[in-house]
Amino acid sequence: MKETGLARKVLMPYPVLQANRLVKKFKHTVAVNSASFTVYEGEILGLLGPNGAGKTTLMALLLDLLTPTSGTVSIFGMELRKNREKILNQVNFSSTYIAMPLSLTVRENMVFFAMLYHVPDYEKRIGELLALCEIDHLTNCLTRELSTGQLSRLNLAKAMLNRPKILFLDEPTASLDPEMAQKVRDLLKNLRDTLRCTVIYTSHNMLEIEQISDRIIFLNRGEIIADGTPRQVMELYQKRNLEEVFLKVARGPGIQ
Amino acid sequence: MKIYRVMAVVYRHLSLYKRSLTRLMEIIYWPVLDLMVWGFVTLYLQKFQGGLPPFIAFFLGALILWDIFFRAQQGISISFLEEVWSRNLLNLFVSPLTPLEFIAGTLVISLIKVVATFLVTMTLAYIFYSFNVFSLGFPLFLFLLNLILMGWSIGIMTTGAILRFGQEAEVMAWGLAFLFQPVSAVFYPVAVLPPVLQKIAWWIPSSHVFEGMREVINQGGFPAKELIWAFGLNGLYILGAGFFFSWMLREVKEKGLLLKSGE
Repeated sequence: MKETGLARKVLMPYPVLQANRLVKKFKHTVAVNSASFTVYEGEILGLLGPNGAGKTTLMALLLDLLTPTSGTVSIFGMELRKNREKILNQVNFSSTYIAMPLSLTVRENMVFFAMLYHVPDYEKRIGELLALCEIDHLTNCLTRELSTGQLSRLNLAKAMLNRPKILFLDEPTASLDPEMAQKVRDLLKNLRDTLRCTVIYTSHNMLEIEQISDRIIFLNRGEIIADGTPRQVMELYQKRNLEEVFLKVARGPGIQ
Repeated sequence: MKIYRVMAVVYRHLSLYKRSLTRLMEIIYWPVLDLMVWGFVTLYLQKFQGGLPPFIAFFLGALILWDIFFRAQQGISISFLEEVWSRNLLNLFVSPLTPLEFIAGTLVISLIKVVATFLVTMTLAYIFYSFNVFSLGFPLFLFLLNLILMGWSIGIMTTGAILRFGQEAEVMAWGLAFLFQPVSAVFYPVAVLPPVLQKIAWWIPSSHVFEGMREVINQGGFPAKELIWAFGLNGLYILGAGFFFSWMLREVKEKGLLLKSGE
């Protein structure tokens, strides 16, 4: 699984996304509390936290699926809510937990999304991506005939259609076998290294996050409790791996 | 608004009809069944009511026009339900597709369904009952336009409700149009309604269309007053539906309901 393109250059970090004091309150809960952070071009950022920590809410705020109670999100230097169309044309999203029209073929689904994102020469691009995700033999199959893993790969292929500058992934490897999960991780690294694509993703696989993230943001009860490289976060909690950090956060109060 | 995104929505929904017999049946099955059952009942009744020659024209004209309204409404709501059923809403909302573009795409689909339904029912009415719907003359097109506009406004409102309340509101997609049927005076004049319902009927565009249709069949001419009312009310309905949809969308994004619809 290799995406061709420019070789990774060592450049000054360029901020592609800025969250500024984001707050999301529901009736009785504060799902995200004053989250501020910057994500840079070509960075793989892992969002971590126990269930209910606010990861999904935060990702939804970053994609304008949810209106913040207060605070702003800027992407490529533009405020998200005021420039939704322009920004969403340059980013994409994939989640293991959403489907695609099941009565359409794999190709028809890809054509539909390629048209939405106005992808030039889309037949060629679709062919490349289906081959990259190893589902090109399923091009004319109905999407309902795909296994969960194949559907995940189709979602991933769809998310790469418009050559996104930021790729949001919600547990992209959750339903994949270990070999395919490794291929997806390699692909993400490759996207970062060759195209300087920024990847923001959630996963419950701590080892995976440790392996591929340049940086992680640890959330608990809507608060960012740690922000740094995996090593920095492990040192902060004095643990040997992220699994142990996760268990410590999930079981008890965070560090003071 | 970007036309290529509207066409993407049209492509996605037309692709569904390519190989789905049940979806094709939805366009043809019920209108044909209605036309046959009620058409033959009317023929039978006419034998006893020999003094009412335009009876069959009233009834068949009403049936054909009512189906146009119903298909126009369904074209929008069912297209949206298809996205809910296939758990595809999140994919759409994270794309640059705007709600207006999505609605425009479903309007095109709705128009295609309406044309298909009209062609089938019009042809069958002519074959079975020698009824030529074009005998209504030029006003027919204005009646159709008004019923399509009203169908769209109800469809947009239904879509807003489904967006906000999820599949619980699905029943509206199938049933809301029928709520308007008794007061739309489809098969009888507004005058037969009790005074309270007559007042309500006045505020429903379709009642003016059907009154206009009867006026044309009875007296010929051009039902200007009824058409002006129908167009005016439809303008208000479309505006109201637009506001309702925007309000529901704001609510959904405020409460995070889109995330739940994807699960």
